[in-house]
Amino acid sequence: MLEVRELSVSFGAVRALRSVSFEAEPGAITAVLGANGAGKTTLLRTISGLVKPTAGSVSFDGGSLVGRSVESIARLGVAHVPEGRGVIEELTVEENLRLATLWCLKRGERQAAIEEILEMFPRLQGFRRRHASTLSGGERQMLVLGRALISKPRLMLLDEPSLGLAPLITAQLMAMLQEQTDGKDITVVLVEQNARSALSVSHHAVILNLGQVVVSDSAAHVSADDDLRHHYLGF
Amino acid sequence: MTLFWDYTLDGIANGMIYATLALALVLIFRATRIIPFAQGAAGMLTTFIAFSLISRGWGYWWVFVVALLIGFAIGAVTQRVLIRPLAGKSELNPVIVTIGLLVVFEGLAGAIYGNASRGFPAAFSQRGLRIGNTTIAFSSFDVFIVVAVLVLMTAMLILFRFTTLGLRMRASAFSREIARLLGVRVGLLLTLGWGLAGIAGSLAGLLAAPTSSFSPYYMDLIFVYSFTAAVIGGLESPVGALVGGVISGLCISYVGGYLGSGLEPLGALALLMVALMARPEGIFARPPARRV
Repeated sequence: MLEVRELSVSFGAVRALRSVSFEAEPGAITAVLGANGAGKTTLLRTISGLVKPTAGSVSFDGGSLVGRSVESIARLGVAHVPEGRGVIEELTVEENLRLATLWCLKRGERQAAIEEILEMFPRLQGFRRRHASTLSGGERQMLVLGRALISKPRLMLLDEPSLGLAPLITAQLMAMLQEQTDGKDITVVLVEQNARSALSVSHHAVILNLGQVVVSDSAAHVSADDDLRHHYLGF
Repeated sequence: MTLFWDYTLDGIANGMIYATLALALVLIFRATRIIPFAQGAAGMLTTFIAFSLISRGWGYWWVFVVALLIGFAIGAVTQRVLIRPLAGKSELNPVIVTIGLLVVFEGLAGAIYGNASRGFPAAFSQRGLRIGNTTIAFSSFDVFIVVAVLVLMTAMLILFRFTTLGLRMRASAFSREIARLLGVRVGLLLTLGWGLAGIAGSLAGLLAAPTSSFSPYYMDLIFVYSFTAAVIGGLESPVGALVGGVISGLCISYVGGYLGSGLEPLGALALLMVALMARPEGIFARPPARRV
């Protein structure tokens, strides 16, 4: 379980997160929603160690993540998929996938894991030896999701996976995400601008506004609350 | 026509040396976006240490290996102690530090060994090889230069293309943040990259010393020619460094041969300008990302 307690982050005079607290359960998707500048990306970057908090704690399965290096947090089984389709463009599709297996899989297991992911995303099969820079937006998103899944993570942090994608591809990605988490011991924190799409696959929802948690409730309740949706989510 | 072939062979041998130092620049630039101005001077310093050891009776090949290892150590320590603390600060800081280091290395060598030029032993004969009745402007030592550089380039190619360490190093160079998010210990790999660049710089120093006026400043012009080579190749491509090195070597050799050796630096400058105007991104620059 991921536990965030009284987490605060400041960039100079700007307070990006103010005493944020929430929990994300294993086997469930927790959507983090809110307008631009609400602090969603900063929250994920702080959990994965890219940003140092000014106060508060983050713990995963009982162990504190604050103060650990980004690499050591990743090696605990935390897969952070950053916004902007974070592929390494200069590496091939297969190299991008292989890179994620180096710390967690034995030499003999790596190729089989890559094949498994390429079967999961058949569209990437034909591009396996191509540089990731040649992929379309949807293909890149499949690659980063595949790269996150190949390490069999215990915690996935997804930052706006639907950004810039066509609605059909977004729906496919969300369905894929749901399929990958259902019945598995994996905790997913999904940051999304596309609140409707995120709520459709999530179990829990946290709404951030100006760096503060304003709502933390089940996704079903948030979806059903018209006032709340209109006020904070714009639909 | 004989002169043309002489200049061509001379250009290839010198171009290989420029390619080696250009490779060092490429390794560092693509990982850290820093031009290491002290790379040539570091090669000079290790060659002077090699000179001391040879003077004390050490065998050439032992000294050769030791000099490469010292080059690795200088590169790694420079990154760890001087460059790493500058991460995230002004881009001008590493420029100032590496120029300062250049001055320190040259000053140190001058203070210990003096500024006068001297000879440095070559591993093989520097007399031109004979083909039939003709002596060509290519010696056994030139053959050694070409072989040594090709061995280094092949080793680097194997490391970067076919090993997981190389994959980690490339990932760290291309996208530090994503590599870290995938569990790659980027800091360690950057140190290793600077160390490997130090080996390449030392090799360039050892290969250039017997054919140059060996003094604390003998790598300065070679650095300029190597920088030209790296820019021609695209600053991020090891293959580009090799091709750029040979192009630079040939052009500088033709200018020196036909127009006079005093014009060689101007020839390199002209080549750099033409390269920047014709293809500023370099011959082996990465293709632009697909826009979607």
